[in-house]
Amino acid sequence: MAKFAQTDDSVVVIIGSGAGGGTLANELCQKGIKVVVLEAGAMQSQASFINDEWKSFGQLAWLDPRTTSGTWRVAKDFAGLPAWICKTVGGSTTHWAGASLRLQAHEFKARSTYGEIKGTSLQDWPLTLAELEPWYARAEDKMGVTRTNGIPGLPGNNNFKVMHAGAKKLGYKEVHTGRMAINSQPRDDRGRCMQLGFCFQGCKSGAKWSTLYTELPKAEKTGNMDLRPESHVTRIEHNEAGKVTGVVYFDKDGKEQRQKARAVAVAGNSIETPRLLLLSASAKFKDGLANSSGQVGRNYMRHMTGSVYAAFKNPVHMYRGTTMAGIIQDEAAHDTKRGFAGGYEMETLSLGVPFMAAFLDPGAWGEDFAWWMDHYTNMAGMWLVGEDMPRETNRVTLNDKVKDKWGNAAPNVHFDDHDNDIAMRSHAFAQGEKVYKAAGAVRTYRTPPYPSTHNLGTCRMGSDAKTSVCNSFGQTHDVANLFISDGSQFTTGGAENPTLTIVTLAIRQADYIAKQMSARTI
Amino acid sequence: MRVIRIANPGAAEATCRDSDGVVPRLDLPLARREFLKGSGVLMGTLAAGSVLAALAPSTAWAVELKALSTTEGEALMKMGRALYPHKKLADAVYALLAKDLDGKASGDAASAKLIKDGVAALNTAAGGNFAKAPAKKQAAIVKAIEGQPFFNTVRGQCITSLYDNDMAYATFGYPGSAWEKGGYITRGFQDLKWLPAPPLDASPKPYI
Repeated sequence: MAKFAQTDDSVVVIIGSGAGGGTLANELCQKGIKVVVLEAGAMQSQASFINDEWKSFGQLAWLDPRTTSGTWRVAKDFAGLPAWICKTVGGSTTHWAGASLRLQAHEFKARSTYGEIKGTSLQDWPLTLAELEPWYARAEDKMGVTRTNGIPGLPGNNNFKVMHAGAKKLGYKEVHTGRMAINSQPRDDRGRCMQLGFCFQGCKSGAKWSTLYTELPKAEKTGNMDLRPESHVTRIEHNEAGKVTGVVYFDKDGKEQRQKARAVAVAGNSIETPRLLLLSASAKFKDGLANSSGQVGRNYMRHMTGSVYAAFKNPVHMYRGTTMAGIIQDEAAHDTKRGFAGGYEMETLSLGVPFMAAFLDPGAWGEDFAWWMDHYTNMAGMWLVGEDMPRETNRVTLNDKVKDKWGNAAPNVHFDDHDNDIAMRSHAFAQGEKVYKAAGAVRTYRTPPYPSTHNLGTCRMGSDAKTSVCNSFGQTHDVANLFISDGSQFTTGGAENPTLTIVTLAIRQADYIAKQMSARTI
Repeated sequence: MRVIRIANPGAAEATCRDSDGVVPRLDLPLARREFLKGSGVLMGTLAAGSVLAALAPSTAWAVELKALSTTEGEALMKMGRALYPHKKLADAVYALLAKDLDGKASGDAASAKLIKDGVAALNTAAGGNFAKAPAKKQAAIVKAIEGQPFFNTVRGQCITSLYDNDMAYATFGYPGSAWEKGGYITRGFQDLKWLPAPPLDASPKPYI
C-alpha cells in the first residue's frame, strides 16, 4: 500500500470507499493519479463476514447517532435508524443485493416526461441515457453483470420459482433472474455464487461485486492508493480563493489528523455527504460548502419501497440462495393509467427468522404475527422498489441537539411520502399480492418500508447552479475542485436499484477529473 | 452470556454435518448447581418427542436470574407467550426472554424498577398471580397496557430474545449460517416441485 504524506497537496482525497468512492479511487489510480481514501469504517474480509443477521448488522451497519422526523413510517419504527447502510471498507457494496439495472431513458427526463407535479422538485438530469450508455457498458463489464457481456443469468431459487409462476399466470412478460453483479460463473478471479442466502451480510464467497475485494485491491496494486480505514472525516477545508485544500479527520485512535488535497471527492452516501458539506460551513460559506443554491441536503429520496410476503400450503425455503433472486419488470414503465407517475420493479427478497421477526411488521404482536412466523418455511417474499418524488422539504439537516462521538451534530432525516409515492406503493402492494395469489398463496402480507437502503438526491446534479449542487460530472457549481461521487448526485431516483448508476457516474467522473487535472483547471 | 451449559460443551459447538447428518447439540439453558445463586430460577422440561428434545443433551433446563425473582421471571415468560403465542415454541425459549430482561434489570436501577413495577401491575390486574391466570385473561391484560413503557420494553426484547436463538431456528425451520455447509448450490436452493419450473431463458442452469 502506498503511503502519501499528509502535507502532499497533489493527491485527490476520496471520502468513502463504497460504490462511488471505491470505484472512483480505482479509476483514478489506473490513470496514474495519486489518491488517499479516507473510510470511516473498519476493514473486513470475506473471511470475517458473518452468516448471522444481527451479528453482521453490528459488524457492517452505520450505527452512529441519527435522528428522523416527518410522517414516513420509518421515523416511527426506527427513529434512530433512518437508513440501513454501512460503515466499513467497501461501504454499502458489502451489503447491497447486487441488482444492476440501467435507468430508463425517460427517467433522465423526469420533469419533461411527468410534467409538473405539485409538491415536488422534479427536474431533468443534465444527462441523457444515450450519453451514459458507453459508461454503463463499462460499469457492467467491470462488475460482471449477468445478462450483459455474454454472462449467463443466475439460476433461480425456490423464491424465484414462486414469483415466476405467479407472474406468468398474471400475464407478466418480463420475469427472469435479473441483471445481477453476482458471478453466475467464475469471472475476474472470483468464484461463482454458492447460493448462500446471506447477500446482505457481506458475500463470504466473493461472488457478489463489492469494491472491498475488486476496485480497492486493484487500486492498491497500482501503488497510487493510500487507503486509511477508521478515518472519520469531520470537515473539508478551503482557502481564501474558495478552493478546497484538504480535510480534517479522526483516526482510529481518536486523534485529529489533516490531509492536504488537490481535489476532494465526497462519497459518504446521501446522508453523510450533505452532512459533511453542512458541517464544513465557514465564514466564506456560511450555509455550508457548495451550498449557494441552498439545495445541499434537500430533495432526499429513498425510493418508494414495501414488501409482500406470502404463505403457501407447501414449503418454499426462500432463505436458500440469492436474496434478490429474480425480478418482474412489467411495472417499471411510466404509465399514468395506474394513477401515478413513474414505475416500480418487483424483486424477490428473503429475510432469516431474526430479521423477519424485526421487519415483517415492526411493532406488531399477537396471534396473527405468530401465525406468520410459524409459517416461515412456507413463505415467499418480494421487495417493491420504485421512483419516489423529490421534494425540497425532504431533507438531511444538522440536529444540534444530538452529537456524535466527535462532538458534531448528528444528521436528521426528514421525509414525508408524496401522494404519488403512496399511490404507487398501494398499486405495487396490490400487484405483489396478485402475483402470489396466482401462485396459490394461502395468505399475503403487506410489509412496510425497511430503513432506507437507497439514499439519493441530497446534492443533486443539474444544469442550473441556482437549483442544483453539482454539474453532470459531480463537480460542485461553487467549488471547482470539490466533487460529489455517490448517489447524492441523482437528480431524480428512477425505479432501479441505484448502484450500477453510481458506479457508472464514478467511472465517467474519473475521466473528467483526470482531464481537468491535465488541463490544470483544477 | 444468556445460556448456562450443563454438559458436553464441546459437542455444543458442532455445526450440522451434511456428510453423515449428525445434528448439533443446541445451546440450551441448562442448570448447573453452583450457578444457581441468583434470586430466582426458572426450570422446566422440554416436551418428549419435540424437535428440541431430540437435539438437546438433556430435556431438563434451568435459567438463573440475578435481579428478578422466580415469580417475576415466570410472569415475564407468560407475558412473552401472550405477546408472541407460538404453540410449537418451548418454554425454554420464553425463559430466554426472562433471562434477557433480568440482564437489563441487573444493569440499571431504572430498568429494574420499570420491570418489577410492570410485573406487579400484571399481577394486580390478574387478581394475584398473572402467570397462573388463564391464557385469554393474560392476553387481555397485556392488550390493556399496549404502548406503555413496560409493554414496549418487553415486546421489543421479545424480538431478539425469542427469535434469535438456536432453539427458535430449529422450531421455525431456519438453518442459519450456510457458509460452513457450502451454501445451497447443491443443497436444494431450487428443489421446489409443486410449481412448474421456469424456462431456461428466465432461470439458466447452475454452473457447478
